Amino acid sequence: MKAWLAAHGRSINAAVTRLAGAPLGSTLNALVIGIALSLPIGLHLVVSNLQAASQHLTSAPQISVYMALDANRSEVAQIETKLKQTPRVANFRFVPREQALADLKNSSGLADVIDGLPQNPLPDAFVIDADDGSPAALEALRDEIGQWPRIAHVQLDAMWARRLDAGLRLGRLAAVGIALLLAVALVAVTFNTIRLQVLTRRDEIEVIKLIGATDAFIRRPFLYFGALQGFAGAIVCWLILAAAVYLANRSLGELSHVYASLFQLGFLSPLDSFALLAVPTALGWLGAWLSVSRHLSAIAQ
Amino acid sequence: MISFSRVSKRYPGGHQALNDVSFTIDSGELVFVTGHSGAGKSTLLKLLVAIERPTGGSVIVNGQNVGALTPRAVPFMRRSFGLVFQDHKLLYDRNVYENVALPLQISGFAPRDTARRVRAALDKVGLLKFETAMPITLSGGEQQRLCIARAIVHRPAILLADEPTGNLDADYALEIGELIRSFNQVGVTAVIATHDQTLLSQLSPRVISLKQGALDTGAAA
Ligand SMILES: Nc1ncnc2c1ncn2[C@@H]1O[C@H](COP(=O)(O)OP(=O)(O)O)[C@@H](O)[C@H]1O
Ligand SMILES: [Mg+2]
Repeated sequence: MKAWLAAHGRSINAAVTRLAGAPLGSTLNALVIGIALSLPIGLHLVVSNLQAASQHLTSAPQISVYMALDANRSEVAQIETKLKQTPRVANFRFVPREQALADLKNSSGLADVIDGLPQNPLPDAFVIDADDGSPAALEALRDEIGQWPRIAHVQLDAMWARRLDAGLRLGRLAAVGIALLLAVALVAVTFNTIRLQVLTRRDEIEVIKLIGATDAFIRRPFLYFGALQGFAGAIVCWLILAAAVYLANRSLGELSHVYASLFQLGFLSPLDSFALLAVPTALGWLGAWLSVSRHLSAIAQ
Repeated sequence: MISFSRVSKRYPGGHQALNDVSFTIDSGELVFVTGHSGAGKSTLLKLLVAIERPTGGSVIVNGQNVGALTPRAVPFMRRSFGLVFQDHKLLYDRNVYENVALPLQISGFAPRDTARRVRAALDKVGLLKFETAMPITLSGGEQQRLCIARAIVHRPAILLADEPTGNLDADYALEIGELIRSFNQVGVTAVIATHDQTLLSQLSPRVISLKQGALDTGAAA
């Protein structure tokens, strides 16, 4: 056990020494990997934040139907019947123009202004919940109701949020796609780094093979090197994102004074952070493993 | 301990380096493999540690058919040997201590055992005071002694040396000869490929003589 620990300690040590022995190359590699990784992970962050923000807006998409201002009671009743006969309308609520005006008076603090109006400027309205919340179905329903008599205007509430949500799903897909491509690239970069190392250490590998080293023993420092390089890249990526979120929140903090909004960007969860550090490490290890295994067999004996 | 029976080795190019060679070496023997350059001495040693495989016959070491070992088994078989090379094959980016520690690390010795054994081996070859020196700063004779320390640090049963005095002045060669003798005296089987006549008369070993890849029965055996 002690010997085993010592052996791994030596390999890690050797890998660190190799990394530190070429500080410029190591730093550049870590930067390239880190910057590349921060692209999809940053996209993922932005998408997650926007998605969280749009979540409660999209939960209840509604259609508001405004009657013409001069529509009379029987015309309103006619629309009410038509709505009851439309199966795609799950349920609806009637908002009489008097109530709308009362609500506005209570909520806006414009009571004096409203009292001074010669007549009620608000129309009768219906608020509809559709049974199918998809954008296409909502738009079709809106267009249909818009054809009915004495309807002044039909509005899809929170439609923009739905659109945003669909866009975000696309963004998330893009993040995953880029991440997958970069995973392959990370393996390839490590493969090449290790290939060069194996070539320059060919003599050394031959000697330790001659004195009884197993392939696993020879592979070990290279694997640690690959893993460390991936890890260093992941740290760079994490720092870039942390800095970006910090700066963004500072500007948002200034904005929030103006708009009284408390919107702040969330950072990666502890689990996400762990994955961000672990996955590139594992990929570096994999790239190194593929590379050493392949190039070791080319070294005789 | 070591047995060659009707061993032939033909290299891929078609050159017949060994031809129908048979002999046995008992545990604790001191044996020189002699012959002109190109006679097949190095090839014979390489067959013993599976650097090359025989194209005919069988090489048996400690009851194992070395020529038929799987690649996975080869490293473990090699650990029962100590190897000394004419060109040392030291690792020049590691210091003296680390070079000698290597076989122990490969075999998974604990750090404390490693330190004790490395110092004992360095002491044995007279290099203890160079522990932290880099090999490149040592003379040719010292480098060869370092190579011997690395070969014996894990106390192998068999010492193989290919022209261990090949590049050395007479004085250094004598030191190497004495070291080989001292290991043999404590029971290590030693197989030395050489055409160094001084070494031969110094140690008066059993001689296996090769001539163009075959046993030279005309010479003393
Ligand atoms: N890897 C090889 N490929 C082809 N021929 C070789 C190889 N190694 C050695 N030989 C040939 O085999 C013969 C014996 O070589 P070697 O065993 O090195 O002889 P020695 O060590 O006695 O000088 C030589 O003619 C040499 O050219
Ligand atoms: Mg030779």
